[in-house]
Amino acid sequence: MTDIPITTAEAVVQARSDAHRAAPFVPLPPAAARLVTLAGVVVTVASTFMSWTYTTEFPGDLTVSGYPGGLQVLTLIGAILTGVIALGAFRVKGLAWLNPSRSNNGVLLLALGTLGTTWYTVIDIAAKLGGMANLDPGGFVAAIGSLLLFAGALALPIDRHPVEPADAEYFELGRLSGNGPTVGAYRWLREARLNHSDLPVGDARRLNPWLQRLAVVVVYAVGVKIFTYGVATNYSDIFIGYLIVVSFGFLGLGATGLLRQFRQITQHNRRFSTAIGVLAAVAYPFAQNNEHWANLGVSILIVGTVALGLNIVVGLTGLLDLGYVAFLGVGAYTAALVSGSQFSIWSGTQFPFWAAALAGMVVACIFGVLIGAPTLRLRGDYLAIVTLGFGEIFRIVVRNLDGVSGPKVTNGPNGIAQIPDVSIFGYNLGDQHSFGSFTLGRFANYYLLMLVITLIVVLVFTRAADSRIGRSWIAIREDEIAATAMGINGFRVKLVAFALGASLAGLAGTVFAHVTNSVVPDPYVFSGSVPPNSAFLLAAVVLGGMGTVSGPILGAALLYLIPAKLDFLARYELLAFGLALILIMRFRPEGIIPNRRRQLEFHEDAATASDQPGTPGDDTVPVGAAGA
Amino acid sequence: MTTTIPEQPSPQGAPKGTALLEAKGVIMRFGGLTAVRDVSLTVGSGEIVGLIGPNGAGKTTFFNCLTGLYVPTEGTVSYRGTVLPPKPHLVTQAGIARTFQNIRLFANMTVLENVLVGRHTRTREGLLSALIRGPGYHRAEARSRERAMELLAFTGLAGKAEHLARNLPYGEQRKLEIARALASEPGLLLLDEPTAGMNPQETRATEELVFAIRDQGIAVLVIEHDMRFIFNLCDRVAVLVQGEKLVEGTSDVVQSDERVIAAYLGEPFEGAPADEAEERENDR
Repeated sequence: MTDIPITTAEAVVQARSDAHRAAPFVPLPPAAARLVTLAGVVVTVASTFMSWTYTTEFPGDLTVSGYPGGLQVLTLIGAILTGVIALGAFRVKGLAWLNPSRSNNGVLLLALGTLGTTWYTVIDIAAKLGGMANLDPGGFVAAIGSLLLFAGALALPIDRHPVEPADAEYFELGRLSGNGPTVGAYRWLREARLNHSDLPVGDARRLNPWLQRLAVVVVYAVGVKIFTYGVATNYSDIFIGYLIVVSFGFLGLGATGLLRQFRQITQHNRRFSTAIGVLAAVAYPFAQNNEHWANLGVSILIVGTVALGLNIVVGLTGLLDLGYVAFLGVGAYTAALVSGSQFSIWSGTQFPFWAAALAGMVVACIFGVLIGAPTLRLRGDYLAIVTLGFGEIFRIVVRNLDGVSGPKVTNGPNGIAQIPDVSIFGYNLGDQHSFGSFTLGRFANYYLLMLVITLIVVLVFTRAADSRIGRSWIAIREDEIAATAMGINGFRVKLVAFALGASLAGLAGTVFAHVTNSVVPDPYVFSGSVPPNSAFLLAAVVLGGMGTVSGPILGAALLYLIPAKLDFLARYELLAFGLALILIMRFRPEGIIPNRRRQLEFHEDAATASDQPGTPGDDTVPVGAAGA
Repeated sequence: MTTTIPEQPSPQGAPKGTALLEAKGVIMRFGGLTAVRDVSLTVGSGEIVGLIGPNGAGKTTFFNCLTGLYVPTEGTVSYRGTVLPPKPHLVTQAGIARTFQNIRLFANMTVLENVLVGRHTRTREGLLSALIRGPGYHRAEARSRERAMELLAFTGLAGKAEHLARNLPYGEQRKLEIARALASEPGLLLLDEPTAGMNPQETRATEELVFAIRDQGIAVLVIEHDMRFIFNLCDRVAVLVQGEKLVEGTSDVVQSDERVIAAYLGEPFEGAPADEAEERENDR
């Protein structure tokens, strides 16, 4: 991948404007800074081959010398990644392509991730096992090595945010008013902000097409591996280390420009990368043979798909729907009623799955229209409150249709249990099936079924978003008055969005009912500690990125996995939830995967820099169908 | 000034050609405030008609009555002989497009997408056809894009099709609003202060653009404060003061009307705010 033309690289150097600031945090001669960084890498890597603690009580067994285990692996990966990116930043021959933006920011962020996970491990050992005495020399070496690495990275020239004129004025005022220390601290924080979004990177689309495809395959394979690793962690300690490494790895690779180049490639080879993305998602249940992980996969796909449906309503059309989970419930209950369960009032009727799915969609769509028709005349906060109300009404009505308080339809709080497994063409999804050396269990089967549904929803989302109706949704979101003045029947278009969103949730609900074997009214609340609930879905959309395909799926995956893996969070889940949302609103309001439009909306200063012509159709409908 | 002043019986004052837009006795009240009092206005096909008046005279309110954003308290608005329903999207469908005084583009859509939204009423593809994507869908989409690019070329924005609307300079945003309005294939275009905030060159360019639009057979009704612009451009000018139509006629008739001058100088009307147009008038 070294054959990015020289001319591009030169243009990159020249394109760095004078306005750009790059300064180290720690003053050191450049050569010394590089040396310290690399020394830190070497020491940290070496430490992972030592024993960190005496006892095997700490999760992951860190007692073995000779090969890394548990959290040591994460430190090792972090350190190697940092080292490689650092070599790229130092323009070492043959490795320069690893750091296309030529920025040291990636090194700093990765070093911070390595430091974080290493120190977390060391402190965790000391805290869990009762004191520093439990640390082997290896633990100290690791702590010192990662600190050295971080210190070295701090001494490298770091690309900073340009100083804003308003800031300068404020600092001057602060100095004059005698609030020196406060303003000084604020000033340090403002000037410490990293900025690498406007650094030019070479055009990856000029690479050899086969190399591009290879890159796509490798990245998706690594993606599946990373995802599977996260799902497979069986201790919350390891999962925290994993989270630290993955998030700083993501930020660090973003700073190197590699992610931008990868996006160029996936857009350039859209069909190919979509196909590989689907393949990667299909490979997930085959890559491991663990029903628990497959169950996590199904749950993530279900909430991700529902979040994607909500994204049509919230992300594209701009209608805040706080009762969306009710449509999932409508789909689930419809499927349960026609499933042939003995608790259903129609226990004799058993629809084939396709008919049940269709029924779930249609009934959810009808409910969408029924609820949408009166409420969509309201705007903004009023709509949000009314949808919140309807969401609760659904749950309470379902609770009461038990034959005592109301007609017997849903069996009240007991719900409809013993929903039989889906059977498609004689393939019973409830049974274990073997294909050569692969075995697919019940949840793996449902995972594959749900994947098909997710792909359908992704297809519906992308096609609808990029069409006359999708444009009118976005127009309504942007300016409803102007949209109606352009001839858009606002109410009708919003109703279509609402009904479509409802039917997609209903579709996912039909699978949800079968996977969980039973439907009860309780999960369909506005906010609760167990997904799916409306607040969870909304958070997934906002966290992942409004208006994108992969955003809500990724958001749902994170919001589902994190509480599932960190059992100690259980009591504080809602608190953590709120905190995460506040942080994301403060630091990345466009979500993890930004829609190009949204990003420009929230970061106006970067607007002109990144909106060069010639990059049309950016991330509004991105590839990479599955979040894997 | 509560009585209606009849139209000037001037031969040039009558609308040319057949009447396209006919507003009869439009009254708009907001609670106790009457913003538009019994205004009648006719726009003939192929005409450029100006609507002037001091700030707060009710010009934009009148515009909103014409385009269905407001439902007039009394009076009717008809287009090509049919009374218009008070729904903005139906008015646009009937063939009246408009721009806004404070630019209302879809800021986070590209320039091309903005114009494509304007094509909404002239295309039929619904959700189902977008999902199935048959040949008909692709044909319609291609036609829309082609037409939108033509309009962008017409307004001089073809090179910026993939830019976000919010990143365009002010003058180009105004042009884009016009292109977006033209995309709905209107018979009548309503422009609400199309040159506000423009420099003299840009104003002249807009003038030429409006003439070019007229030459395509589209009638234009324009609100403007720039008197030179209005009097160069318009076949007829109507003056609105405190919600009432003071006078209507050719540029000469309006310019020489004492009441108009008085209205702009602010003497007989209490509370009529001063504006730039007044200053420009003074400069003459």
